[in-house]
Amino acid sequence: MSGPSSGCGFLMSVVVHGDLALNEQEKELNQRLKRLYPAVNEQETPLPRSWSPKDKFSYIGLSQNNLRVHYKGHGKTPKDAASVRATHPIPAACGVYYFEVKIISKGRDGYMGIGLSAQGVNMNRLPGWDKHSYGYHGDDGHSFCSSGTGQPYGPTFTTGDVIGCCVNLINNTCFYTKNGHSLGIAFTDLPPNLYPTVGLQTPGEVVDANFGQHPFVFDIEDYMREWRTKIQAQIDRFPIGEREGEWQAMIQKMVASYLVHHSYCATAEAFAKSTDQAVHEELASIKNRQKIQKLVLSGRMGEAIETTQQLYPSLLERNQDLLFMLKVRQFIEMVNGTDSEVRCLGGRSPKSQDCYPGSPRLFNSPVHKASSSQTYQTGTAEVEMELDHFSNGVSESSSNGFLNGSSTHGIDLEECDGDMGEIIIWRQLCGGSQAAIERMIQFGRELQSMSEHLRRERGKNSANKKMLKDAFSLLAYSDPWSSPVGYQLDSIQREPVCSTLNSAILETHNLPKQPPLALSVGQAAQCLSLMARTGSGSCAFASVDDYLH
Amino acid sequence: MMVCTLMEVTATSRHYVDRLFDPDPQNVLQGVIDMKNAVIGNNRQKANLIVLGAVPRLLYLLQQSSSSLELRTECAVVLGSLAMGTENNIKSLVDCHIIPALLQGLLCSDLIFIEACLRCLRTVFISPVTPVQLLYTDPTVIPHLMSLLSRSQHTQEYITQIFAHCCKTPEHQTVLFNHGAIQNIAPLLISPSFKVRMQALKCFSVLAYENAQVSMTLVNVLVDGEQLSQVFVRMMQRDKPIEMQLTAAKCLTYMCRAGAIRTDDNCIVLKTLPCLVRMCSKERLLEERVEGAETLAYLMEPDIELQRIASVTDHLVSMLADYFKYPSSVSAITDIKRLDHDLKHAHELRQAAFKLYASLGSNDEDIRKKITETENMMDRIVSGLSESSIKVRLAAVRCLHSLSRSVQQLRTSFHDHAVWKPLMKLLQNAPDEVLVMASSTLCNLLLEFSPSKEPILESGVIELLCSLTQSDSPALRVNGIWALMNMAFQADQKVKVEIVRALGTEQLFRLLSDPDTNVLMKTLGLLRNLLSTRPHIDQVMSSHGKQIMQAVTLILEGEHSIEVKEQTLCILANIADGNTAKELIMTNDDMLQKIKYYMGHSNVKLQLAATFCISNLIWNEEDGSQERQDKLRDMGFVDILHKLTQASDPNLCDRAKTAMQQYLA
Repeated sequence: MSGPSSGCGFLMSVVVHGDLALNEQEKELNQRLKRLYPAVNEQETPLPRSWSPKDKFSYIGLSQNNLRVHYKGHGKTPKDAASVRATHPIPAACGVYYFEVKIISKGRDGYMGIGLSAQGVNMNRLPGWDKHSYGYHGDDGHSFCSSGTGQPYGPTFTTGDVIGCCVNLINNTCFYTKNGHSLGIAFTDLPPNLYPTVGLQTPGEVVDANFGQHPFVFDIEDYMREWRTKIQAQIDRFPIGEREGEWQAMIQKMVASYLVHHSYCATAEAFAKSTDQAVHEELASIKNRQKIQKLVLSGRMGEAIETTQQLYPSLLERNQDLLFMLKVRQFIEMVNGTDSEVRCLGGRSPKSQDCYPGSPRLFNSPVHKASSSQTYQTGTAEVEMELDHFSNGVSESSSNGFLNGSSTHGIDLEECDGDMGEIIIWRQLCGGSQAAIERMIQFGRELQSMSEHLRRERGKNSANKKMLKDAFSLLAYSDPWSSPVGYQLDSIQREPVCSTLNSAILETHNLPKQPPLALSVGQAAQCLSLMARTGSGSCAFASVDDYLH
Repeated sequence: MMVCTLMEVTATSRHYVDRLFDPDPQNVLQGVIDMKNAVIGNNRQKANLIVLGAVPRLLYLLQQSSSSLELRTECAVVLGSLAMGTENNIKSLVDCHIIPALLQGLLCSDLIFIEACLRCLRTVFISPVTPVQLLYTDPTVIPHLMSLLSRSQHTQEYITQIFAHCCKTPEHQTVLFNHGAIQNIAPLLISPSFKVRMQALKCFSVLAYENAQVSMTLVNVLVDGEQLSQVFVRMMQRDKPIEMQLTAAKCLTYMCRAGAIRTDDNCIVLKTLPCLVRMCSKERLLEERVEGAETLAYLMEPDIELQRIASVTDHLVSMLADYFKYPSSVSAITDIKRLDHDLKHAHELRQAAFKLYASLGSNDEDIRKKITETENMMDRIVSGLSESSIKVRLAAVRCLHSLSRSVQQLRTSFHDHAVWKPLMKLLQNAPDEVLVMASSTLCNLLLEFSPSKEPILESGVIELLCSLTQSDSPALRVNGIWALMNMAFQADQKVKVEIVRALGTEQLFRLLSDPDTNVLMKTLGLLRNLLSTRPHIDQVMSSHGKQIMQAVTLILEGEHSIEVKEQTLCILANIADGNTAKELIMTNDDMLQKIKYYMGHSNVKLQLAATFCISNLIWNEEDGSQERQDKLRDMGFVDILHKLTQASDPNLCDRAKTAMQQYLA
C-alpha cells in the first residue's frame, strides 16, 4: 500500500461529512461520478472532488468548497506563477477521466494554465513547465509538455470560456475541450497518477472547477461510449487461433461442472451426453445434494438438517459452526412460519413462503428483492412451475413425493388473490399459532445454549455471535418483516446458507467447493482490480457483470 | 469433377434451361430449384444461363397466373441470384424487361413471393447500370411500394434501399414526398432491424438534400414522441456504426442547409459538426473520410461561426494535410492491394480536402492564414490546379479562390508561389464551372495591391478576359468584366487603351444593356475606371464620346436600380472633370436637364452624384468656366444649389456649398 498520505485524511472527512446529510450538490456529484466511473473502487483510489488546500502554492486562494481558485500574488514575473492540485490523483480504473474549468475572470493578463501534474511537482510554476507536468495556456493557446516552451495547440481562452481536460488512461493521452468542442490530442505517453492541476499568474485571475458537481459542457459520456465499444470489440475479437477446439472443450467442461455442482442432474446428464463428457460424481450423490438444497431453499431447515445428518452422518458433527449456522437459519424460518417443525403446529398451510427463487445465485450478483407481500401473491403460484422446471423430469419421484406431502398442491387461487387484509393476517409470528411460538421460543433457548457450548469449547466467534443476535432481534419487533432486521426473513437469505452447505458436502467428497466457472469469474474480477492497481485503464470498460447475461 | 471445360458448363447449363420447358409443372419446379442451387456464387454459370435464354422463360413462368405460387417464387429467387452477378448480367436482365415484370409481381398477395420479387428488384435497382427512371415510369408503383412497407421487415429493408438509391433528382424527391415517404419511413428509424434503420436513414439523407420542402417537414416529424432531429442525434452517438453516424450527420447537414435547422442549434454545433470532423480522422476508411470532409464543407460553407469552430476542432486543418499523402510510400512497397486501393481514392481524397479548406477559409482571415501555413499547402494547390482529374482541379481552384480573399495572402504566399501561372493555364480551355472559379480568383489577383497583377498583365490576359465577357454564362461575363474593371483601376494609359481596343466599343455597349445587373454594374465600374485622371478622360471621350454619352442617356432614362444610376452619374461627373470632355455635356441640354432632375431626386446618393457633376462643370480655375457658370445659372441650377445648401444630409449640403462658392469667387 503506497497511497498518498493526504488520501486517508480526505476519506475520513468524507465519511464525517456523509453523516451530516449530504447536500444536493454533493449528492449529484456522487451520482455522476458513480455513473461515469463505475469501475473505480473509491475505498482504494478516491476520485478528485475538489482542489487541495494543502497541495498549493501560497499565492493561490481557494473558496466555494475548494472549487474556486483565485490568484493573490503580485503577478509581476513568471516567478510569481502559482498552481494547485486536486485532492487525489486520477485513478486508472476511470478508463477515461474528465474535468472542466470555467474562466470566471482572466484577470490582468489571462495567464491561466489548465492541466495535469504528478505529486511533488513544484507549485510555484504553471502546469506544463516542469517534468511530469502538462498544461494548456490561455494567453497563447499553446500546450506545454514538461517544457518551458509551448507548442501551438489550440485557440486562446479567456473570461467566460469553459475548458475541459480529458485523460484517456487506456492509451495514456490527453485532449482538451473549449466550450464543448474537442481540440484534439495534446499529450501522449502520459505517466500514471496525475492530478488535475490549474495554475494562475496575474492578479484578478479566477477559475471554477467542475469535477462532476454539474453537468459537463462537453459530452464526455459519448466519448466514453466509443471507448467502451472499442474495448469490448477487442475482447470479442480476442484471437484464439488454432486452439478453437481446446476452447470449446474447456468451456463445455466448465458448464458441466457448474451444472453438477448445483445438482441440476437432468440438465447435467443431458449436457454431458451431448458433449461427450464424463460426470465425476455419481448421480445418486448429485440427487442427494439436490434434495437437501431444495429443502433449504424452501425454508424447511429442520428437514434439511435431518436429511443431511442421515445422508452424511459425520458432516455436521465435525463442522459445528456449519450446524450452528443451519440452526440459526432454522430459527429464522420458524419465525417466518415455514420451518417444518412449526408448520405442523400451525393452523395454516405454509405455502406463503414456499417461494423457490429461480436458480441459486452464485456470483453475488444483485438480485431483485421481492417485497414479502409480492412473494406471497405470486410466489405460491410459481412454486410448482419452478420446481418442475428445476427437476426437469428426472427427480420426479423425490420432488413429487415431497410436494405431495406439502400443501403446495391444492392451492386455492382465490386465496392467492386475497386482499391486503388477509396478507397482514398471514404475516404473523410463526404463522400465528401459539403452539408454534412456544416451540420457537424453546428452540431459541436450545440455540442459545448451543452457542454457549460452542464458545466454551472453541472460544469466541464473533460471526456466530452476530448471527445469533440478529436472528433473536427479530423477536423485538411486533412486525419482524418490516423491521430493520427483517431482511433475514427474505427467502433470498437462504441462498448463502444453501451454497455453504452444498460446498461443505462436496468437500467431504473431495470435490471442489466452488465450481470452476465461479472460480474463473472470480478470477476475472480479481484480474480487473489488479489492472486498476497497475494502471491499465481498459479495465474500466470490461466489467465482468456485462458478460454474465 | 476436377476440371470443367466451357463445353461441359454449357452442356449442363443447357440441361437446366431445357428443364424449364418440361410439360410437367412438377418437373419445372424441381428444375428451377436445381438451377437455384447451381447458380449460387457461380458467375460463369449465371452468364451461361443468361446467354442460353433462361431469363425470358423464368420471367414467363413468374408472370403466368397458372404457375404455382411456389414456382413463381422460386423463379424470382433465381432471377435475384442472377442479378447478383456482374454488371453485364444486370444489363441483360433489364433488357429482358425484368423490372415491369417484377413490379407486376408485387401486386400478388403472397408475402413470400413479394419479398422474393423485391429482393431481386433491390439488387437490380442498386446497380449503377440500371436507369433509375424505370422506377417512376408507372405512376402506380411508388404508392404501391409505400403500402408494402407495412408488410414485413424484409419489404421495409428492400423498399427503403430502392428508394435510397433511386432518388437522384428534385423530381424524384417530390414524387416520393408526395406519396407520403416521410410519414411511411419515419417509424422505420426505430425498427428492431439494423438494416431497416440504416436504409430508412439513407432515404432521409437523399430526400432532404437541397430540398427545403422535405427538410421543413422533417423537423416537425415525431418518431415515438421524439423529434426526428433527436433521433438523428442519437444515431450519431460514438458507439454507433460509422455508416450510421455519417448518414445521420448528412441528414442533419442537409436539413440545416435547407434552412430547417439553425446553424447555431446545438444539434448542429455540438453534435453534427464534431461528428463530421471525426469522420475526417485517420482512423476512418478512405471513403468515409471523403464523405465526411465533403459533407462538413457543405455544412459550414455559409456560416463563419461554424467555420471558426471547425478550424479548432480536433486539429482539423492539419488532419486534412494527411489527405494528400496517398498513395503513401509505405503502401507502394509493402502491399500491392493497398496501393491499388490508395490510388483509387487518392483523387477523391485530394478534392475533398481542397473543398473543405475552401469552405473553412471562405470568411475568416485567421483561418486562411492557418491553412496557408499548413505544410506545403500552396505547393499542393499549385499542383492540384494542373492535375488530370477535373474534380481535383475544380476543388483546388475553389480553395485558391477562397484563400485569394485575403489581402495578406495575395501579397505574400500567392506571389511567392506564382499561383497565377497555373491559374492562367487553367483558364485556357476549361469547362465552365472551372472557368467561373478560376476567373473569379483572377479578379482578386488583379486587385491593385496584388503583386501578381503586373506579371498577369504581361502574360496577355486581356484577350482572354474579353472573350469571357462574350460567354453565355452570366457568371463568366461578370468575372470577365470584373477582372477588366480591376485591371483598369489606376492603370496606365497604355493598359486602358489596350482594354478598350481589345474589348471593342460594340461589346462594351452590349454589356451596358446586359440583362444581368451585376454585369451592368461592373461594366459601369470599368467605364468609371477608364475615365479617371483628366488626360485619360479627354482621350477616351475624344474617340468614344458619342457612344458613351448615348449609353449614359439610355441608362439614365431606363428602368434601373439606384445603384446603377448612381454609378452612371459618377461616370458623368468624371466626364465633367475632363478638359475637352466637359463640352460633351455642356452642349447637350437634354443631359443637363437630366442632371437637374437628379439633383432634385428623393435619393440622396443620386443628388450627391448629380451635384458633383455640376460642381465639376462650374469649377473656376478652368478655361471657359465663366460661360458654363452663366449658362447653368440661366438654366436654374443656382436656385437648386441654393436649396441644396439647406439639405439635411451634411455631405450633400457641403457639396452644394462648395459649388456655390464657385459662383462667388
